[in-house]
Amino acid sequence: MTQTFRIENVGLVNRDKKLSFKFNGKTYYGYEGDTLASALLANGVHLVGRSFKYHRPRGFFGAGVDEPYAIVQLFRNGETEPNIKATEQELFEGLEAKSVNCWPSVNFDIGAINNFLKIFLPAGFYYKTFMWPKSFWYRIYEPFIRKAAGLGVASTKHDKERYEHKYEYCDLLIAGSGPSGLSSAYAAAKNGAKVILAEDKPRFGGSLLTSDVNIGNQSGKDWAEGIIADLKSMPNVVVKNRSQIFGYYDHNMLVMSEKVSDHLPKTRKYHPNKRLWYIRAKEVLISSGSIERPIVFGNNDTPGVMLSSAAKEYLKVYGVLVGKKPLVFTNNDSGYETAIEFKKHGVDPLVLDSRKNPVSEIIDEAKNLGIHIKNSYVVVAAKGYKKVKSADIASISDDKKQLGKIENIQCDCICVSGFWTPTIHLASQSGNKTKFKEEIDAFVPGQSKQNEITLGAANGVFSLEETLKTSFKTGGELSKKITQKNSEVVVPNVVEKKSSKHDKFWCVPLPKGKNYKRFLDFQNDVAVSDIEIALREGYRSIEHVKRYTTLGMATDQGKTSNLNGLQLVSEIENKVVPAVGHTTFRPPYTPVSIGAIVGREVGKHSKPTRKSPMHSWHEKNNAVFVDAGVWLRPRYYKRGNENLFEGSKREAKNVRMNVGVCDVTTLGKIDVKGPDAAELLNRVYTNSWLKLPVGKARYGVMLREDGIVMDDGTTTRISENHYHMTTTTAQAANVLSHLEYYLQLIWPELNVNVVSTTEQWAGAAIAGPKSRDLLQKLFPNTDVSNEGLPFMGYTEGDLFGVKARIFRISFSGELAYEVNVESDYGNFMWEKIMEVGEEFQIQPYGTEALSTLRIEMGHVAGSELDGRTIPYDNALEGLVSKKKDFIGKRSLQRSAFISENRQRIVGVVPIDKKTSIPEGSHLVKDDKAPLPNPKLGHISASCWSVEYDNPFSLAILKDGKNMIGQKLFAMSPLKNKVIPVEIVSSHYVDPKGERVRS
Amino acid sequence: MLYINCPHCGMRSQNEFSYGGDASVKRPELNKEVSDQEWDDFVYNRKSLRGKHLELWQHISGCRQWIKVERDTATHEIFRTFKADEEVA
Ligand SMILES: [Zn+2]
Repeated sequence: MTQTFRIENVGLVNRDKKLSFKFNGKTYYGYEGDTLASALLANGVHLVGRSFKYHRPRGFFGAGVDEPYAIVQLFRNGETEPNIKATEQELFEGLEAKSVNCWPSVNFDIGAINNFLKIFLPAGFYYKTFMWPKSFWYRIYEPFIRKAAGLGVASTKHDKERYEHKYEYCDLLIAGSGPSGLSSAYAAAKNGAKVILAEDKPRFGGSLLTSDVNIGNQSGKDWAEGIIADLKSMPNVVVKNRSQIFGYYDHNMLVMSEKVSDHLPKTRKYHPNKRLWYIRAKEVLISSGSIERPIVFGNNDTPGVMLSSAAKEYLKVYGVLVGKKPLVFTNNDSGYETAIEFKKHGVDPLVLDSRKNPVSEIIDEAKNLGIHIKNSYVVVAAKGYKKVKSADIASISDDKKQLGKIENIQCDCICVSGFWTPTIHLASQSGNKTKFKEEIDAFVPGQSKQNEITLGAANGVFSLEETLKTSFKTGGELSKKITQKNSEVVVPNVVEKKSSKHDKFWCVPLPKGKNYKRFLDFQNDVAVSDIEIALREGYRSIEHVKRYTTLGMATDQGKTSNLNGLQLVSEIENKVVPAVGHTTFRPPYTPVSIGAIVGREVGKHSKPTRKSPMHSWHEKNNAVFVDAGVWLRPRYYKRGNENLFEGSKREAKNVRMNVGVCDVTTLGKIDVKGPDAAELLNRVYTNSWLKLPVGKARYGVMLREDGIVMDDGTTTRISENHYHMTTTTAQAANVLSHLEYYLQLIWPELNVNVVSTTEQWAGAAIAGPKSRDLLQKLFPNTDVSNEGLPFMGYTEGDLFGVKARIFRISFSGELAYEVNVESDYGNFMWEKIMEVGEEFQIQPYGTEALSTLRIEMGHVAGSELDGRTIPYDNALEGLVSKKKDFIGKRSLQRSAFISENRQRIVGVVPIDKKTSIPEGSHLVKDDKAPLPNPKLGHISASCWSVEYDNPFSLAILKDGKNMIGQKLFAMSPLKNKVIPVEIVSSHYVDPKGERVRS
Repeated sequence: MLYINCPHCGMRSQNEFSYGGDASVKRPELNKEVSDQEWDDFVYNRKSLRGKHLELWQHISGCRQWIKVERDTATHEIFRTFKADEEVA
């Protein structure tokens, strides 16, 4: 198919580069520089989709970000993306797109039956109908809505594209590169300010690309090109196209999405698809321009009905005629500009102007060109289903209430201009109190909250001369304040045509006996009648009307519909528009890819990966790793075809029988130093610390102020005023903040310093009955006998020339030690332990065996200290001092915490001694009880006891103290298991704790 | 994203800080007899003010100091910031 609607030698597309693309499976051609929309229109394609609710045919309404209709599913380089505006998507070779919202095809759409059953879907239909009966929701309503509605399909594949985040600071951030953006950027840049100028379209210049004006003896377009070239050459200026500032957040932080690769067939290597800019600006200039408003009339959603400014843009930028027999329907002079462009390119338009007798330079020009104009005339209804074929038109009375005799005229498109709506979204997002400007029937920014100024059309100023003057001045003055430089820039001469006043007219009345649908919101199919229903049913607040009717709630956020909706409400309610008020504008201004928001923080990059100094040894020795917070820890060391269960069992058994070594580098370590160190420990731990001698370690429990256990660990007195505190891997950062909080804010009088030393020390836990023999060989000059280094003792030793700290502490319940050396020697230490340990049958063990060992000993860990338990619940009440005060002590007197049948840790064994109990299972008395079955407790941790060779679990159980010996059921609906169990002591192995002291 | 003036480091983005709650709450002194009501007020009861609020933040990815920030909870305007030991007039 040839591009029959493309005209020669007009526009900015590159005629030397022809591109092929596919739409709904059919191949077309366009040019480099086209959008998908302009290329389709060049081929005469106007039908692009179906509407959301009634599935009415949808064409193109705009030419850019305001487009409510032309949303497609895009296919690019093996990926697919929904919710793409054809008016924004640049054409590339091989582009493929499909219509959304139509099933089975855009030409024959089953959902269109809704259009004929429209009684079915008035305002509030979803609320009224789909609420009842409740059981219908999942089975009938939801699948129906999902199938019939929606704006495309998200890919379920992993997104191969890369997205970046960038943080920037600047003096002036300028949104929009139209006349006001360019002039203010230029003035500020000349004063040496750091400027970022952002343009959402591929081409800079905004309205200057399509308007017939002169600036400084050049066409507006040439002037814009010159300014951009100048700005690009300045080192203090960043100029970005394809970059949409979509959010204005607190403290002058704005976020911009830069489309780096969407216009290319595929993303270049090492390039991101999109880049999200977080920009902290000293001053923000909003030059976002304005969007043309539609006029509401019957069937105004028919393909071929579009904004007059869009028709002009397709013609002037892309060289595309949106029709060959155009009808222009306007209430202001802008429609004439479009008509003049048609006429200049050999197409005869008919202009209907709702005004009675307007006079202006532009109208004179149109008349001189011989354009046919009908005054006090309106379009009553568009005719044609998939494309405008004709229009019913009529004269209209001065009060705009009476229509004259209806005539039908042939036309193939209707270009509508209902005047202009300033784009105030960013200003409004910043907290600006917008105000209604009567002369333009629209809201403009009012009192600024943050450092933001709105210029030009976005501020309701439509004169180019005035815009340039204010923008040069504002850019200059703001930058002068920051840079103290003042290079006066001369404001160039402007030649523009003066326009006359617009008509305060926005909706054509229905002719007698006709019930045309007159749409306000084109994307969400909200018609005039829907608003009328909402108001009739008592909705008054514009925010409620919006939600009830879904007016302005679609992905275009009502860019073309909001004001007409407000006008309607104000008319019915007999209130002025400012009293009705507008709904809140929220970011994002346009849809933003989730990928861009997430950035590089996906998968492994979502958090840093921390590795211990022994990591490469673990890798070489077949460690299977597990994420432990941000750390990678060996879960077990795989031998042959062993699975996790077999491997961890072997490792745990070896600890109980011989000796094992475990990498405990990840444990949090905090150096606590100063004359008041003991006093601090005494206040943050529940037990007493004032009498701990040098060379001794103690186990401690920390509470939050609410009495809940925060963390546990051992702390060792290294020297008089120096303690080495350990925390769990998970709580390391929180504990440090906690200590800093008390030291800095509550007890600043304490002379103590705390600092994290987690990364300074590599740690190896050596555990098992043969660990002392191994230690003796590792440290031949150190007395590690039971007398020389008793349980909870500490000493320092020489590990083949490396200074080591030796702690006699145990997590496994066996005779055990922990050796620390400076991180750089971690691997050396590990290899020595393995080498010397060989004769004692040493094996490394991972976190799974570590868990097994601690669970069967009844030692609590993160799964019990889960932010819901107090010391008693964990059988740690023996560590709670009755004499001294400490953080959280007062809370332990709360009635629930001293209750007789308080929850408490217990051991759980399946009656069959075979079935492992899933963690998280609930303990219940009666497995057949009706739901909700009263829960008595939950399984916090499970293992296979290597001591007894059967499953064993820990649980937090209500009245646990008195439940030992009871028979209950462990239920896991997730795993579909019901397991009869017996409650036993949590100290399943070595209940007297003899081994650690042996 | 807020822009917070750390009294030790200068203007820094919010993502360098972590929030620490109401700064006007006074912890009862250790070893002091405290009624249930007083303790509840300290641990749990907060006013959740709309408007000017003195709150704690820790410059966790910076100097690690706890600071006090006077902020409007409705508008997010920050009026003043203080060091931990600075008197708030
Ligand atoms: Zn700081």
